[in-house]
Amino acid sequence: MFSKFDVIETIDMIEKEHLDIRTVTMGISLLPCIRATAQETAQAVYDRVMQKAERLVPTATELSAEYGIPIVNKRVSVTPVSLITAAFPEESGVVGAALDRAARELGIDFLGGYSALVHKGTADYEQVFLATIPEVLATTERLCSSVNVGSSKSGINMDAVRTMGEIVLKTAQLTRDRDGLGCAKLVVFCNAVEDNPFMAGAFHGVGESDTVINVGVSGPGVVEHALKFIPDDDLTDAAELIKRTAFKITRAGQLIAREAAKRLGARFGIVDLSLAPTPARGDSVAHILETLGLEVVGCHGTTAALAMLNDAVKKGGVMASSRVGGLSGAFIPVSEDIGMIESATAGKISLDKLEAMTCVCSVGLDMIAIPGDTPASTISAIIADEAAIGMVNNKTTAVRVIPAPGKKVGDEVSFGGLLGRAPVMPVHTGDAGAFIRRGGLIPAPIHSFKN
Amino acid sequence: MRAVVTVTGSDKRGIIAKVSAFLFEHNINIEDVSQTILGDQFAMIMMVDMSESKEAFSAVAAKLSALGEQIGVTVRLQHADIFDAMHNI
Repeated sequence: MFSKFDVIETIDMIEKEHLDIRTVTMGISLLPCIRATAQETAQAVYDRVMQKAERLVPTATELSAEYGIPIVNKRVSVTPVSLITAAFPEESGVVGAALDRAARELGIDFLGGYSALVHKGTADYEQVFLATIPEVLATTERLCSSVNVGSSKSGINMDAVRTMGEIVLKTAQLTRDRDGLGCAKLVVFCNAVEDNPFMAGAFHGVGESDTVINVGVSGPGVVEHALKFIPDDDLTDAAELIKRTAFKITRAGQLIAREAAKRLGARFGIVDLSLAPTPARGDSVAHILETLGLEVVGCHGTTAALAMLNDAVKKGGVMASSRVGGLSGAFIPVSEDIGMIESATAGKISLDKLEAMTCVCSVGLDMIAIPGDTPASTISAIIADEAAIGMVNNKTTAVRVIPAPGKKVGDEVSFGGLLGRAPVMPVHTGDAGAFIRRGGLIPAPIHSFKN
Repeated sequence: MRAVVTVTGSDKRGIIAKVSAFLFEHNINIEDVSQTILGDQFAMIMMVDMSESKEAFSAVAAKLSALGEQIGVTVRLQHADIFDAMHNI
């Protein structure tokens, strides 16, 4: 049983502190859709996604009404498209367009999986596929793309890293009329996970079953609000409070995930133990760190505070869910977090500090605008640094940077909605071109050999 | 099916009477009621059994919300499982 105080607490969390289910994501295998031609494959892909996800949006709406908790995003992730189009890679865009049409007709927010896994080497068909990404992201609306360029087990594919620097830049240029929006839909990973419900990096791994439901929860505002009541307690107590709060948030996610899976005839996949911010005030991960005692996110101490937060969220969440996965942890996207936006605009947080923060939190350099004239080799070098952190620390890292076309440090890009806005941040100008041009594979670290 | 009706807002006469009458008309049984005043805010929590409700959950929820607007308070209907999940191990 629960008390009247429990009821009031839950309602306050939802109505005053922005507790919500950030995403219900249906993972769909596209492997049964492979046909002889791109056109036939695209039709089979469209039909399958429309059939499997037909009830996704109405079901999420029903659940939201019954349990009284908002479900912000309804999404679909699919098998990496490079595998589906391996026989006709130059025509991969046809399948991408079919997926985007399905996403629009289903009324879902994003569809992820225009992806390739090239962490140990790039096959010829994958090289051709990668080259299609900029054009596809420029001509579709809701399709998201991700590329895995490294893993702790295999090392870092530096040829793919070089290619991806060029592809990020080209994607920005092809969407220059929208501040380089295409790059907001493109993630470069190290140690990508197969059950991530969050965009833009979601895809449905080949190790997954046919159709699964993965859920991402959110609630930075709830954690921030709870911490405000203990301004003088030590950090052990603060960590305990974060754990307890994360438990409650995750239980809501677990309930929705199980119920959604049941009603949609899919398997319950995982709950992603996440703290995902939005640009709304009171929904910021940066503000949690500031509530812990930092004057501004980005000052010295930020990495330690984030490490504690991230760990406490996982400990509380693991207890609350029967199956956890995805990225699980605090997200630190710059453009999607009001505290980050304000700190970056005031010049109080640097790319270097963000890189340090990615060593201890769930993902990586996320939604960061950089000058539009940044060379491709510098973008590749940023990707390489981030992949190295992931590879050595056995964690997922990612890069989603936007080289804002025609913009320089001090300008701002604005994408609207949950993607938010971001000031253009400076990058180091030293040239890493010769290092990037070497290519090859950075070997996996010695501690990855566990067999 | 167990559900929770919550009413919050500034206190005024007839809130309990109007919400209870609505539930009676829809064949929804009230199992428990508690209320508190937090400052000038009125908060009432009702545990209800909807197994013999005349209408579907979403329709009842929408009507209750409209009734709340009419009275000048916020009325919500939520499946009890959300509270159980978040507050019990």
